[in-house]
Amino acid sequence: MSIDKDTAARVAKLARIRVEEDALPALAQEFNTILGFIEQLNEVDVSGVEPMTSVTPMRLKRRQDVVTDGNQQDRILANAPDAREGFFAVPKVVE
Amino acid sequence: MGDLNKLGLAEARDKLRSRDLTSVDLTQACLDAIEGAGALNAFVHNTPELALEQARAADARIAMGDAPDMCGLPLGIKDLFCTKGVPSQAASGILKGFVPEYESTVTRNLFDAGAVMLGKLNMDEFAMGSSNETSVYGNAVNPWRRGNEDTALTPGGSSGGSAAAVAADLCLAATGTDTGGSIRQPAAFTGITGIKPTYGRCSRWGVVAFASSLDQAGPMTKNVRDAAIMLETMCSHDPMDSTSADIPVPNFEAMLTGDIRGKKIGIPREYHMDGMPAEIDALWAEGREMLKGAGAEIVDISLPHTKYALPAYYVIAPAEASSNLARYDGVRYGHRATLAQGDGITEMYEKTRAEGFGHEVQRRVMVGTYVLSAGFYDAYYNRARKVRALIKKDFEDVFAQGVDAILTPATPSAAFGLGEMSEADPVKMYLNDVFTVTVNLAGLPGIAVPAGLDKQGLPLGLQLIGRPWEEGDLLNTAYALEQAAGFVAKPAKWW
Repeated sequence: MSIDKDTAARVAKLARIRVEEDALPALAQEFNTILGFIEQLNEVDVSGVEPMTSVTPMRLKRRQDVVTDGNQQDRILANAPDAREGFFAVPKVVE
Repeated sequence: MGDLNKLGLAEARDKLRSRDLTSVDLTQACLDAIEGAGALNAFVHNTPELALEQARAADARIAMGDAPDMCGLPLGIKDLFCTKGVPSQAASGILKGFVPEYESTVTRNLFDAGAVMLGKLNMDEFAMGSSNETSVYGNAVNPWRRGNEDTALTPGGSSGGSAAAVAADLCLAATGTDTGGSIRQPAAFTGITGIKPTYGRCSRWGVVAFASSLDQAGPMTKNVRDAAIMLETMCSHDPMDSTSADIPVPNFEAMLTGDIRGKKIGIPREYHMDGMPAEIDALWAEGREMLKGAGAEIVDISLPHTKYALPAYYVIAPAEASSNLARYDGVRYGHRATLAQGDGITEMYEKTRAEGFGHEVQRRVMVGTYVLSAGFYDAYYNRARKVRALIKKDFEDVFAQGVDAILTPATPSAAFGLGEMSEADPVKMYLNDVFTVTVNLAGLPGIAVPAGLDKQGLPLGLQLIGRPWEEGDLLNTAYALEQAAGFVAKPAKWW
């Protein structure tokens, strides 16, 4: 499986990372090196093996479905690059 | 009272309790050492006022009597831990300016016990790297040098700043985190001790996430006793982390008897790698003899899927990272790119992430995105999770045969020069974690102990891997190994 420039561009788009056109061939090459390394996994017989979901067998704890926290709008917004009138502000989302 | 910063945790604790020492003096000695060690680039956010305030409070608490073990002991904290009111950036440009409104559970446990924070420590960006060369703060530098050369060496990574700071006596100990070897590899490169506990021992709450199913925090210290003391304080059951284990934390220090007679130590044949330096092989053989000399039984074992651990890791870790790092979007915290006229929200995401993430982080996020994308999920991600199950079963099988611990080299080489790997392909750098990454995939505890010097005078470490939740037993075996190895070398001060 070889990754071409177009696939690299598609992956960058999916990851929401801008990659300039002239950087795509080198990126595709790096993906191919890493994926070539990963291909070794195809040598392993995994028939009948369940994919691991939790490394230590444990049951997730449950708790009452009640509010445990809140009323700290200022602290939530304190690190925002742009906050206005109690909201996170972003560029226009819909035309 | 010179050189107080050179003390270990246990020694300093005892002197504080006997009132031969104050935390303020101890803390000031560390702050002075940090001041003079800019060349190591280990500390990246200094908190001297906070440190002295905590030290004064600790002295008052010690004067009252029953102070906990960690009370008054000055530490460095890896930049991956969120510390309330103190910049916490995960060494990334995308978190520039981020000042957490809350405290991570691990640092809260330490501060509740009276520990003192000297500042935040350098690391690879988002803990992705093995040489501390992906940090937005620049490289951390190893205090060790080859013979009389002045080539700057890596302290390893990702906890490179932690390792450099402890080895250079800028602090008594430091926190680290380990996703594929990020505590144990830098510990080995700098001649210190580092333990990654069983997955679930230390809460991940407030630790910036890289790969959530693999990440664990742990202490990086000057010796095994110190590791036992600090680990006990770091561990707790935490309802804020759904994978935090609800089991009691024993007194690890009390378990350090040094008696390992009758313990069964496994030597995995698959860890003999082609092209491994002869010195590493020789050290491993010496370690085996040391444990045998201490009364342990040495058995040859097989962990047949070892070869597939790194490839499985480089599917699972990037996959989880791509999901975890999706939160850095320029909306809630950190960096936001300056936008051009007409740019919408998609441009904001793409430009922010291109500017804020470094090259290695971008690469791993994109690899993770690819292996999780439609059509490849089964071929890559699910296959890797199946191989991970087989790797874990390898360990379960040898533990079922009665093996108590497994001895391996910690790293495939001594510390290398900063920049030496820059021309190599990324996979070559990944091989640094070949002996450590299996432990994360299986969720086991692992410890690196310094055991010797190579012919250039650089430290080399051995790794012991233990049964799940049996850190106490593992630390005791490490303690016996430490006593037999008698490693006391320190780097000559050049900085």
